[in-house]
Amino acid sequence: MLPFILKRVFQSILVLVITGAIAFSMFTFVGDPIDNMLGQERTMEDVERLRAQLGLDKPVPVQYFRFLNQAAQGNFGVSYRQGREVSEIIMERAPATLELAALSAVFAVLMGIALGVFTAIRRDGFTANFIMSVSLIGVSLPTFLIGILLIYLFSVQLGWLPSFGRGEVVQIGGWTTGFLTESGLKALILPAITLGLYQMTLIMRLVRSEMLEVLRQDYIRFARARGLSNRVINFRHALKNTMVPVITVIGLQLGAIIAFAIITETVFQWPGLGLLFINAIQFVDIPVMAAYLMMISVMFVVINLLVDILYAFIDPRLRVSAK
Amino acid sequence: MTDQPISAPKEPQSVTPSRLRRALDSDFYYAFRHSPVAMVSAAVSILLILSAVFAPLIATTNPFDPTTLNLMNGFTPPMTPNAFTGETFLMGTDDQGRDVFSTILYGMRISLFVGFAAVLFAVVLGIFLGLLAGYFGGWTDSVIMRAADVQLTFPSILVAMLIFGIAKGITPVEHRDQMAIWVLILAIGLSDWVQFARVVRGATLVEKNKDYVSAARLIGRRPSAIMIRHILPNILSPVLVIATISLALAIIAEATLSFLGVGAPPTQPSLGTLIRIGQGYLFSGEWWILFFPACTLLALALSVNMLGDWLRDVLNPRLK
Repeated sequence: MLPFILKRVFQSILVLVITGAIAFSMFTFVGDPIDNMLGQERTMEDVERLRAQLGLDKPVPVQYFRFLNQAAQGNFGVSYRQGREVSEIIMERAPATLELAALSAVFAVLMGIALGVFTAIRRDGFTANFIMSVSLIGVSLPTFLIGILLIYLFSVQLGWLPSFGRGEVVQIGGWTTGFLTESGLKALILPAITLGLYQMTLIMRLVRSEMLEVLRQDYIRFARARGLSNRVINFRHALKNTMVPVITVIGLQLGAIIAFAIITETVFQWPGLGLLFINAIQFVDIPVMAAYLMMISVMFVVINLLVDILYAFIDPRLRVSAK
Repeated sequence: MTDQPISAPKEPQSVTPSRLRRALDSDFYYAFRHSPVAMVSAAVSILLILSAVFAPLIATTNPFDPTTLNLMNGFTPPMTPNAFTGETFLMGTDDQGRDVFSTILYGMRISLFVGFAAVLFAVVLGIFLGLLAGYFGGWTDSVIMRAADVQLTFPSILVAMLIFGIAKGITPVEHRDQMAIWVLILAIGLSDWVQFARVVRGATLVEKNKDYVSAARLIGRRPSAIMIRHILPNILSPVLVIATISLALAIIAEATLSFLGVGAPPTQPSLGTLIRIGQGYLFSGEWWILFFPACTLLALALSVNMLGDWLRDVLNPRLK
């Protein structure tokens, strides 16, 4: 068990060191930060002074170490475009993305499991087959087209839901939430569905195939012979045993939801981290890009590590093979 | 390969079955003829690819030649004569009076070019690194496969965005629009090589212990020759299958990046850029500017995807 976890921790650190190096080299090699910070009217002394002040006269490994140290403290410098601290901008944008991601994850998990169980139990029914074929199309549709389609239906044609922004938000401490106002909740619905739809179909198909596998097992036949009700068999015995792979996939997809939020946030002009990142790419705002990269890699690495460890706890075979 | 029976010229009668005859008798062609999905998606893919290739012949106007544009034609709905000029357009016109049908044909060229080039780049890079890792093993293998692991930690679309951003930062401002297409190919290709490298490495590990490789080594062929001339032809079929599926994904990735505004520039619009432009007119009622490019993208991605799925089932059931 311990060697397995240690190996994974080592791998995670490697990922972080490499992404750190990428983020660092973006700063060092993509454009000259001095050029970006000083205007046209500058003297050689100004340049030298700022270079020394930023530590850019030191050898590259020293600079890299300094960068990692600063990054670990959440200090990424000043955005080239907005002229504000990057950490401040990120803190301001984070609630929007996290609320959206949380809601879509809940939507994906609940709907995915429910539909997966349904399509597995009624495997030859008309509705189940219909859901399966629709999901196949859903998987191959690009996310942004789904978003546009939903906007067209519910905002343009029916006029029920807003097509962009977060609606009214309530400020609680450093956090802004859209969960407490009607317009905030309404604004969440379409983006959350758009973002969660792919993960929902993924979970649904996984639950379905796992359920079909489990329902063939002897202990299910035995449970039927004991005269247990269908509900008890399906949920207490079958669903419970499908949960191991499902939990893994849910864990890994959490990171994907944060990353795919970039697309959804652009479609719905949602003022979150993804939109911030896209705008940073468009304007080559290196500090923001680097900060987003580091932040998202920490998030991915932590999630992957937790899922791996969780998996080793749940599945004893992994513990043995790792030794 | 699917249209071979049609394009191959008639060969004279001979004792051995002709090439056409053999193609018609193959299992592959049999499977193709008995799968409606495969035939329809192949037909749609070929139709779309041909109309993109021959866009200058099919398109009614060259949408990027300003001299052919007439601003009076702006916002003409599909199949209705324009109120001022009386001209009719199959799929309407956009705000500049550009024929939407023509822009789609030219846009599809960019989409397909980026898709094919990116997949080709990913395949070549993946085969190269996969062969090296599988054949030499040891630390070469470790370095390449660890790099693959690190990249796999992140979704490929995110990797592509990041590469695009960095490359954009490196290219000088005045060249950014011209370079955008190449940067896009680089970004999508680099984000996609891992799966090819993995498959090639796995297959190479199996092949390199077979007798023919030992024999080649015995007669003193160089490792590069063994890898390229002997091993590669034997492991190509799974690579081709994944490449077809990758093509659909690359087309979607390109459309997504362009839609987000970090891909093909408005001066060289791909289908994604056209959808991005069309989204602006969703609320004002000019639905056709968005609708037709979106449908084309869907048809293209779906048909290539389904063709890839079918190829996988026929050629290599193990990959399922």
